[in-house]
Amino acid sequence: MTDTAWIDAALTSARPQAVGALLRYFRNLDTAEEAFQNASLRALKSWPQNGPPRDPAAWLIMVGRNVAIDDIRRSRKQQPLPEDEAISDLDDAEDALAERLDGSHYRDDILRLLFICCHPELPATQQIGLALRIVSGLTVKQIARAFLVSEAAMEQRITRAKARIADADVPFETPGAVERAERLSAVAAMIYLIFNEGYSASGDTAEIRAPLCEEAIRLARLLLRLFQSEPEIMGLTALLLLQHARAAARFDADGALILLDDQDRSLWNQKMIAEGLALIDKAMRHRRSGPYQIQAAIAALHARAAKPDETDWTQIDLLYGALEVMQPSPVVTLNRAVAVSKVRGPEAALEMIEPLAARLSNYFHFFGVRGAFLMQLGRNDEARVAFDRAIALANTSAEAAHIRMHLDRLMRDSQPRAKAGK
Amino acid sequence: MLYAILCYHDEDTVGSWTKEQDAAVMKKLAVVQDKLTKQGRLGPVARLLPTTAATTLRKDDPPVVLDGPYAETKEQLLGFYIVDCKNLDEALDVARDLGAANPGGAYEIRPVGVLNPGSVAK
Repeated sequence: MTDTAWIDAALTSARPQAVGALLRYFRNLDTAEEAFQNASLRALKSWPQNGPPRDPAAWLIMVGRNVAIDDIRRSRKQQPLPEDEAISDLDDAEDALAERLDGSHYRDDILRLLFICCHPELPATQQIGLALRIVSGLTVKQIARAFLVSEAAMEQRITRAKARIADADVPFETPGAVERAERLSAVAAMIYLIFNEGYSASGDTAEIRAPLCEEAIRLARLLLRLFQSEPEIMGLTALLLLQHARAAARFDADGALILLDDQDRSLWNQKMIAEGLALIDKAMRHRRSGPYQIQAAIAALHARAAKPDETDWTQIDLLYGALEVMQPSPVVTLNRAVAVSKVRGPEAALEMIEPLAARLSNYFHFFGVRGAFLMQLGRNDEARVAFDRAIALANTSAEAAHIRMHLDRLMRDSQPRAKAGK
Repeated sequence: MLYAILCYHDEDTVGSWTKEQDAAVMKKLAVVQDKLTKQGRLGPVARLLPTTAATTLRKDDPPVVLDGPYAETKEQLLGFYIVDCKNLDEALDVARDLGAANPGGAYEIRPVGVLNPGSVAK
């Protein structure tokens, strides 16, 4: 790696802590970002000559703060302000910073920075865009590309989000234990959203959107390093790793979705799986279960099966059962039904999902799964109706193509002499 | 003498490498490792998973299990090499070669007292 690439990596890694501290200091997102930007420019000039500082984040905070204060002082000079006032301001700032730089604050700085991005008034897409811009430091262009929207549209989305936050009351006091736990769970949910945004890509966009998954994993690890004993954050990180481990096997050369059963498991990333399993192991010791841990445990059972028929569906059924109790939702029940179909057969599974029909009447996966159960039971006409409905509700071309494959198979089975394929 | 070369780096930095950057570094390191292997001097090499996967057992009475790595530091122990070298200078030469392939961070060079090669299959 070249010198500048190393500096880029160091800047990226120092960014959440540095921007978080500058935000606490200036209490204004734009000022904090600009200060970090200016400090980064100076780093690019200074670090190649002087070598990297021992603590890049502290260096960036110090330099960013000084540059911003200089700017403030300069703009004040243009207005008639007494000189000594400006100077004494600066002295106070130095003292305050020295006290603040001792590191005890930085955990809450980073959490606050993440937390303001998931302000409840912001729609999910704005939350994600803002977090990727401010915390991860991706350029608007990079984010726009991952979201498959124009740069101008993304720029506008982020500007709007920032304006809303500027109007909102961002709490700068050190949070209490309850508040910290609430922030943590809001931030975890946002990280999961970022991941899903990348994970729900279709085959032709999977590569473009993969950075969203990688960024989510990076943020989850960051959060876990700050809150080392939180089993749900371990679970979240494990879940993301275990799901992303399958990335290379999820689409065929034409961009069509490959189901878990049909994936080439040798393409799964074993290092990510190992890390995910290790994190679940750690989390279980705490005996404080939660939705992320359960979902991670389900993903782990898939990851542990070298072949599809080695999958422990009984255990998966039980885990979904636990998840249903913790987080009742028709989607969870639908997922559980897939496990039930493997353990007790399609009839039991079909029975299980019938009551969900009303609530999932616009849900692509419901009709896909229902069609598959009906097909397994040989009720082909009903299966065809369900698959047709699924195609109408498909979100991506890969989803539609996948269902069409089922329909083709049904067609072949019921009319063996008709021309196969189309 | 066997020397352990302990690899320290900021894992946030290493973790923010892209797949391509990571692969490029590993390729450069493999060149150095191949040379040592041919000379019959390379022992076990380990790249450790992130410290978020680490657990610490404090050997108090009774022992206490803590989540996370032993020490909270700016740079973390990310892996190690065992290399056979005549003396410290030679060990430093190896470390310099590795460092040229993978700049940033630091190597701690520690003479090895006892090495049990173990029986773990790769």
